[in-house]
Amino acid sequence: MSRIISYPEALKEAMTLEMESDEHVFILGQGVDDPKAILGTTAGILDKFGPKRIFDVPLAEDGITGIALGAAIAGLKPIHIHIRNDFLLLAMNQIVNMVAKMRYMYGGVHTAPMVIRATIGKSWGQGPQHSQSIYPMLMNVPGLRIVAPTTPYDAKGIMAASIRSSDPVIFIEHRSLYYQKGDVPKEAYALPFGKARTLAQGDDVTLVGVSQMAIECLRASKCLNEVGIHAHVIDPVTISPLDIDTILTSVKKTKHLVVVDNSWLPGALGAEIIAACHESQDCDFKSLRLGFAATPCPTTPSLEDAFYVDGVSIAKKIYHMLRHDSDWIPNTIIHREEVEFKGPF
Amino acid sequence: MRTSENSHKLLEEVYKSLFLIRHVEEKICDLYPTDKIKSPVHLSIGQEAVSVGVCKALTREDGVMGSCRGHAMYLAKGGNLKQMFAELYGKRTGCGKGRAGSMHLADVQAGVIATSAIMASTVPLAVGWAYAQAYQNTGNIGVCFVGDGALDEGCVHESFLFAKQKKVPILIVCENNEYAIHSHFLTRHPSKDYILNWASSYEMKCKRFEDDDPLALYDYVGGVADELRSGSGPQFIECYTSRWKEHVGPGDDFKLGYRGTEEVEKWKRKDQLIRIGKLLKPTVKQKIEQNVLKEIQEAVEFAECSPFPKPTELYENVYGGENE
Repeated sequence: MSRIISYPEALKEAMTLEMESDEHVFILGQGVDDPKAILGTTAGILDKFGPKRIFDVPLAEDGITGIALGAAIAGLKPIHIHIRNDFLLLAMNQIVNMVAKMRYMYGGVHTAPMVIRATIGKSWGQGPQHSQSIYPMLMNVPGLRIVAPTTPYDAKGIMAASIRSSDPVIFIEHRSLYYQKGDVPKEAYALPFGKARTLAQGDDVTLVGVSQMAIECLRASKCLNEVGIHAHVIDPVTISPLDIDTILTSVKKTKHLVVVDNSWLPGALGAEIIAACHESQDCDFKSLRLGFAATPCPTTPSLEDAFYVDGVSIAKKIYHMLRHDSDWIPNTIIHREEVEFKGPF
Repeated sequence: MRTSENSHKLLEEVYKSLFLIRHVEEKICDLYPTDKIKSPVHLSIGQEAVSVGVCKALTREDGVMGSCRGHAMYLAKGGNLKQMFAELYGKRTGCGKGRAGSMHLADVQAGVIATSAIMASTVPLAVGWAYAQAYQNTGNIGVCFVGDGALDEGCVHESFLFAKQKKVPILIVCENNEYAIHSHFLTRHPSKDYILNWASSYEMKCKRFEDDDPLALYDYVGGVADELRSGSGPQFIECYTSRWKEHVGPGDDFKLGYRGTEEVEKWKRKDQLIRIGKLLKPTVKQKIEQNVLKEIQEAVEFAECSPFPKPTELYENVYGGENE
């Protein structure tokens, strides 16, 4: 049975269902059992499962990551939650030197079935240290799976897959996505890693958006529709391993590829996807990377608006790419409820 | 007389373990110029007795974790000797199938859970592993060996805090050889008592051993293990010891001038291998030595005869199954 629920409800449901079916699954992290319950994503889990299965930890990201890893190699399945990506930087030694290499470094005798959840912040003055994305740094490291689901349906399904996986999974969320609502089946289900989702069909330009930028890409496609440009909007869902085939199939048709990162551009997913498409075949295409301005994230809204791309600025860049005109301004007024992605497809 | 000195069987086991570690390390020194050992080696010569005394007081199912100076711990806990030499040779029959080398030895069946080349990174790992034992009521305890240099890392203190807060069944053993590579403990810390003061501040039961008598360690850790199994929370040992070889490699390093020969000579005069050997009947001692040397020779031959991993195996064990 399917019904409309929010992104955080989808996360909570996935974790709850997996905790019901596997007593080895437990949650740890700063504030996971407090009244705010990580923006509601862990609400009710303490009451349902008790303090053995969900507990607060000291402000000690590196140590706690190593402790979660130690529990994972001993047969447990920890879900370690960080309310911002930025805090994961304190745990980079454990994530890169230990977690990612646990299976390989000991010749396959260990596995590290653990999920590291972390939310990207945006807006309301998040500023330089509450707005960063960690996936471009971590997609450079073999051994980690990285996911960044956009829709509630994908959030639930890929969370279940992440918990069930014997590999460590970096689970990237976005604060703005917590307002997303969509059709989500009530029962437990897991989605495969490495399968991108097509959010809109089109033949004129391939538009790939990571995490919340997938929503901005949908907004851009709505703007572009008014001038007869139809974007094929793709949400990678999984960043490692990347579903390059789905992107490539579209690029072969559109000959134009735009990737919108939820990060700065150097060494990020835009560079990776464009390079991979060039390497994969002899299709000639034009490409464009979009993402954060090359500055730390400012706090004041006037500068923050210039720091991020959004539906309108993405649409303008694409219009320029296709029609060589930089003066066009879309008439479309973005109504969130109209463009937000709702379907489970 | 302590219980440990009454037990001939224990004395024989301790001697066998000390002799094994010393002679494995010396065999590595002999082999090193041949370039057959494809790995940096951080030898345990001089420090054997700490691992032996502690590990003999543990069950096979108890887990130990340590650093890249981990040969003594691996062997004292019963890690497979053939697989160790094969790993040093980079062979596919090694305990890490050639992916580990000397610095990442593990033998999970023997309770050697992990060693790591990033200092202190196995301390939280050990706390988490031990936490999982309590979570699953296995009755097993964890032991983490950490050097006096590694103890300065932040994750050690983060781990102490968690271990105390959750009453994790973990014993942390600081092997204090007084040097972080070439830097003396007192150039990095205000006083000799700093380590114990740190550990005590986390309200752990702490004990310092001024030398590395394996029987004293065995007796003490036996009691600690019982307390850990009863759920009383983490404990800490600081044990002084001495690294006789250079930080990494098979030679000595007195020519560097950062420490004098007398510092090491005073430890050599109380070499636990010789001391424990004198407590055994000569015939018993000789038989142990013959058996161990034969075992080492067989392990080296096993490593020599084993194949290298094929280049096509490069991608194995990066990720789990494709269908996940």
